[in-house]
Amino acid sequence: MTLLSLKSMQTNIGQYAVLHDVTLDVPEGGVFVLLGRNGAGKTTTLRSIMGLWEPSPGSVTFRGQDITAMHTADIARLGIAFVPENMGIFGGLTVEENLILATKNGTFDKDRLAHIWRLFPALETFWTKAAWSLSGGQKQMLSVARAIIEPRDLILIDEPTKGLAPSIIDAMAEAFREISETTTILLVEQNFEFARSLGRDMAVIDDGRIVHAGTMAEFAENKELQENLLSLSA
Amino acid sequence: MDQLRMTIERFGGVNLLPVAVALVALVLIGAPSSWVTLTVAGLAMGMMIFLMASGLSLVFGLMDVLNFGHSAFVSFGAFVAASVLAWLGGWLGADSILLNVAALFAAFVAAILFGLAAGWFFETIIIKPVYHDHLRQILITMGALIVAEQIILAVWGGTPMTVPRPNFLEGSILIGDVAIEIYRAFAFILGLIVYIALYLTLNRTRIGLLIRAGVENREMVEALGFRIDRLFVAVFMVGSALAALGGAMWAGYETLITPALGGELMIVVFIVVIIGGLGSIEGTLLGAIMVGLVANYVGFLAPKLALASNMLLMMAILLWRPNGLRPAVK
Ligand SMILES: Nc1ncnc2c1ncn2[C@@H]1O[C@H](COP(=O)(O)OP(=O)(O)OP(=O)(O)O)[C@@H](O)[C@H]1O
Ligand SMILES: [Mg+2]
Repeated sequence: MTLLSLKSMQTNIGQYAVLHDVTLDVPEGGVFVLLGRNGAGKTTTLRSIMGLWEPSPGSVTFRGQDITAMHTADIARLGIAFVPENMGIFGGLTVEENLILATKNGTFDKDRLAHIWRLFPALETFWTKAAWSLSGGQKQMLSVARAIIEPRDLILIDEPTKGLAPSIIDAMAEAFREISETTTILLVEQNFEFARSLGRDMAVIDDGRIVHAGTMAEFAENKELQENLLSLSA
Repeated sequence: MDQLRMTIERFGGVNLLPVAVALVALVLIGAPSSWVTLTVAGLAMGMMIFLMASGLSLVFGLMDVLNFGHSAFVSFGAFVAASVLAWLGGWLGADSILLNVAALFAAFVAAILFGLAAGWFFETIIIKPVYHDHLRQILITMGALIVAEQIILAVWGGTPMTVPRPNFLEGSILIGDVAIEIYRAFAFILGLIVYIALYLTLNRTRIGLLIRAGVENREMVEALGFRIDRLFVAVFMVGSALAALGGAMWAGYETLITPALGGELMIVVFIVVIIGGLGSIEGTLLGAIMVGLVANYVGFLAPKLALASNMLLMMAILLWRPNGLRPAVK
């Protein structure tokens, strides 16, 4: 079943046309990977889904409901969480306060919290520390933790492995695998190994257009296609 | 050197700045009784300016909105309060402290209510269409300021208006050979109460958490499911009401007000917000106290420099800390 559907989405930022034609169906369950070169429009696609840019023309449909013109906050309340490229951590707030803000009514579900602490022990260690003092990897954990502190239907994650050490990347992969058992993840990633180990379905965006969609298994086999779509020189 | 810095940090860091300034001033002034009078005057002035500036700082921090019309709330607050006080003149002169307080209370409530209503109107009608556009914000809020000043001229006329003060706030208390004006002490205490209330709201409530997070990263707060724009209206209204209250206090302090009052104070208010650091209530308080103290000390020590003292203070602080004394984390 299709959870999220993007139809001929075009997004302008100021006077620049960034997305020209993004059409994509994200099925419910598992990890859907969106690949693409630097500047291809991956981040813009996620921001357009989240209502942080408004695509026009084109539409975003979530569980059959048109959310194209909805306010970002209302989109979030439908059960869509966003882990942005810059992590969006509130540095002046503590780890605890960052997580509290991600709950609807300011209280934690004890089991979920314990689970998150097990996935990311550093968050328990630095629970009352100001978030600006966390390392890059710990900030990324906090950002992901905010997305899963309450049940969601869809999590949009933008390049979570950027600048992280291999051991932390492994922990992230483990976490995402677990999350994806109950929640659909739309993952933007440049680290192909990481993406391949997680993704079931995938698509490639280039210059604001979806240029390929299929299964990860197929794409991983096809070296020529990878070379064509992802290498530095087009 | 490092050790010295650590010690200073432990005892409050930049918060010690007003204390340092006060000590230097004591040495320069020499006479302790003049020094106490000036310090009390500086603290009182600082607190009133804090009332006027706190809303501006939060509004700028939270929504990146440059509101040059903020001083209109100060002017209106002053004139609304002055009118109520004049109207209740009988109560003010009465010997009953109760009637005195009631008249003052009515004047403050009128100023605050006016500030809330005007803030709501200003935000929804004037600011909302120009979110995310600084140039238009400057132009339209400056335009609104001119209109507001004309309205004040039309309603209250151009001649200076005398502001009656309640009896119980007149005069001074003598402690040894030091005279402390009661009104100044009152202004200081009122400002302190407002500061504590704001501090607790920002640091101990969920709304405060949302505001602090919004000052840092508005988009992320929205992506977590909160309508920052609705919260912003509320912050704007409270900020306007505090400015009006500051204006009302200022009116009683000056006892003679003209429609130009808001415009004259606007520069000081902007200086306070800039040296305090945008978006932080602690920074605004610190900036306001610094400006109040320096204005009074310099006015006594080198009257010719009095007008330039705020600007010089701002330049010195920005050279040292380009983001202000205590900016909100961005
Ligand atoms: N705020 C903006 N203003 C103007 N142009 C922008 C803005 N944000 C992005 N762009 C442009 O839109 C295009 C797509 O950007 P986007 O951030 O979506 O790419 P991306 O695929 O996420 O790249 P990366 O892998 O480097 O993160 C780029 O050419 C970029 O320069
Ligand atoms: Mg990107």
